[in-house]
Amino acid sequence: MKTALGFAVAAIVFAVLALAPFYLDAYGIGLMIGMTGYVTLASAWGLFSGRTGYVSLATVAFFGMGAYTVAVLNETLPYPVILLVAGAIGLLVAAVVGFSTLRLAGVYFVIFTFGLAELIRQLVTWFETTVTGTLGRYIFLPIGPEHIYWQLLVLCAATLLITWWVGRSRLGLALRVISDDEVVASHIGIDIARTKLALFAVSAVIITLVGAIQAPRWTYVEPAIVFNPTVSFLTLIMALLGGASRLWGPALGAIPLFLLFEWLSANFPNHYSILLGLLFIVIVFLLPRGVAGFAEDLMRRRPGGTPAPAKPAPTPLRSEGGEARP
Amino acid sequence: MTTVTRRRALRYFGMSVALGAVIAALPSAAQDRTSVKIGYAISKTGPNSGGAGITTLPNYVLWVKEVNDAGGLEMPDGKKLPIEVIEYDDRSSAEEVVRSIERLATQDKVDFILPPWGTGFNLAVAPLFDRFGYPQLAVSAVTDKAPEFVKRWKKSYWLLGGGHDYTSALAGLLTEAAGDGTINKKIAMISVADGFGIDLVTAARPSFKDAGFEVVYDVTYPAGTTDFTPMINEAAGSGADTFVAFSYPPETFAITQQAQVAKFNPKILYLGVGTGFPVYGEKNGANAEGIMSLGGIDPKNEANVAYRKRHQDVTGQAPDLWGSVITYNSLQMLQEAIKRRGLDRDAVADELSNGTFQTVLGEVKLEDNQLRKLWFGGQWQNGQFVAVAPVDREGAAPAILPKPAWK
Repeated sequence: MKTALGFAVAAIVFAVLALAPFYLDAYGIGLMIGMTGYVTLASAWGLFSGRTGYVSLATVAFFGMGAYTVAVLNETLPYPVILLVAGAIGLLVAAVVGFSTLRLAGVYFVIFTFGLAELIRQLVTWFETTVTGTLGRYIFLPIGPEHIYWQLLVLCAATLLITWWVGRSRLGLALRVISDDEVVASHIGIDIARTKLALFAVSAVIITLVGAIQAPRWTYVEPAIVFNPTVSFLTLIMALLGGASRLWGPALGAIPLFLLFEWLSANFPNHYSILLGLLFIVIVFLLPRGVAGFAEDLMRRRPGGTPAPAKPAPTPLRSEGGEARP
Repeated sequence: MTTVTRRRALRYFGMSVALGAVIAALPSAAQDRTSVKIGYAISKTGPNSGGAGITTLPNYVLWVKEVNDAGGLEMPDGKKLPIEVIEYDDRSSAEEVVRSIERLATQDKVDFILPPWGTGFNLAVAPLFDRFGYPQLAVSAVTDKAPEFVKRWKKSYWLLGGGHDYTSALAGLLTEAAGDGTINKKIAMISVADGFGIDLVTAARPSFKDAGFEVVYDVTYPAGTTDFTPMINEAAGSGADTFVAFSYPPETFAITQQAQVAKFNPKILYLGVGTGFPVYGEKNGANAEGIMSLGGIDPKNEANVAYRKRHQDVTGQAPDLWGSVITYNSLQMLQEAIKRRGLDRDAVADELSNGTFQTVLGEVKLEDNQLRKLWFGGQWQNGQFVAVAPVDREGAAPAILPKPAWK
């Protein structure tokens, strides 16, 4: 009953959001595109990193691959096929990368994923310079901002649906054990590598599609533009602020932060970075468990009037290496 | 708990509707206009801020200050309206620059938008300028596809030429030098594996081939390379009299230093972006003598000399010797077009396409929305970065060949 209600509310919210382009001007649609894009990115990031505790900085690697796929193929293939190809490429790369690296733990994984983004960027650059002899590529597709927005909205809904499903499935249960203790998980017969890989791949495909869908907005694509590491960092910050391991957590982080960035850059273009840095410090001090965690604390405190017991976050993100592992 | 009654809420609602209607009606009262809103989004932070902070932003600042000090932009009826600037930082992000332009056009409803810095960003915003009907005077965008873009976006203007223009001008200069036996017909060439280097080297290969030159050494290096000794040694051993590096500023400075250490003194030394920065001349002093690059200025052009002095006085830094003056020229064109045709963007665009302008470059008339009369090659001569190519353009100084020995 509760689930059905949740679905009904979510469906209404998305239906209302889908009507937004009929009421908003170009800037409003642009704002909605950016926001939906980041909600999707942060949710997809949380789907893997929030549940396994593996902090990934490879977001922009997949995002950029998606955008580049569109740039390379936009004159040869019909658009829906390009999206399929982009998704397939994302899946393939995620599988290869996942197989070889998901055994890395903690900070090693963080460093590797950060390097991966740079590696792919350099590979694309190398290929373009030595094989095709050009770097910038043009995307002239008849896709208006409202189409981009609708596509992103569908992808966003799909991401949340997948996240919801994962949370209830055996996979989700397995993940909860893995994130608590990998040794125990392997002892009770959970195939750790396969579980993590599956989730990494799903998350990567979604991120690749976000890049592919947004690319027609830029007309011109080159590695420096699409492999901008800021995307990885912003996604991570948004998901952490909201609460990476919860269904609505990343959205709760992405929406206010995105609007805040927008407000800051519109009103304080010269002090943006300073204000942002200060804000992050404040957020970390006030909301160490994210918006979703904070909300839960509040809920718990309200009925009984007693403060919630100091309990560690359900899935603490590993910032240190896997030194405890044998 | 409910302190907001429905009646009160309704009253606020009514008030806000009325207020909204008043605000919405304001911009339409054109005769009461007290300023001209000009907006731009520029990379103040991030990887593009270096280039934007040298070629583009200081000129926007200088121009706005000069116009406002003189009372404002002159309208066709002689009335002067001060410029009100709306400025955003695109943080070197493509998505950000796109949204900033959308904000300028639909939220701030500015009268004119000045373009961002860089080829990629100018292309990213071109469809928006077109859709919202703003003329786009793209300066810091070197592209061979300008004729195509002009067809696609009728109000776009491309003022810095394409890679092919620069390389064929260089080929023309080399041909002349080879013709009188100063240099042989071999070229050693390196380029940065990034936008600028790739564009230029892709244009250079056919340019040199058509001119009958042989490229005996041709490698690319990743941006951020610091050690050029192996490349310099191989270039020195290749037997070429001409060494060309399509490099970015940090590498341009490094190559200059390392060529001196390696005692590599080719008869023609042509380096990339950064050679035309005033600091390059200051830092290298007498050793800059004879080094060539893109751009260059005509020191006999008094308007340009005066502009350089004002730029230094107002912004505290000297303009670069390639794109800066073109940027300033584009703003003067806009100013003059507004003076002739008013604030109607279609009329201004028409004037920019067809009008003739007196600017800091002299007499300027665009051909097919492009500035074709440009200096494509310059050389450090006696502490100045003098225009030497195209060799057949009036005002080109004769190049000093071969390059003097390192001091």
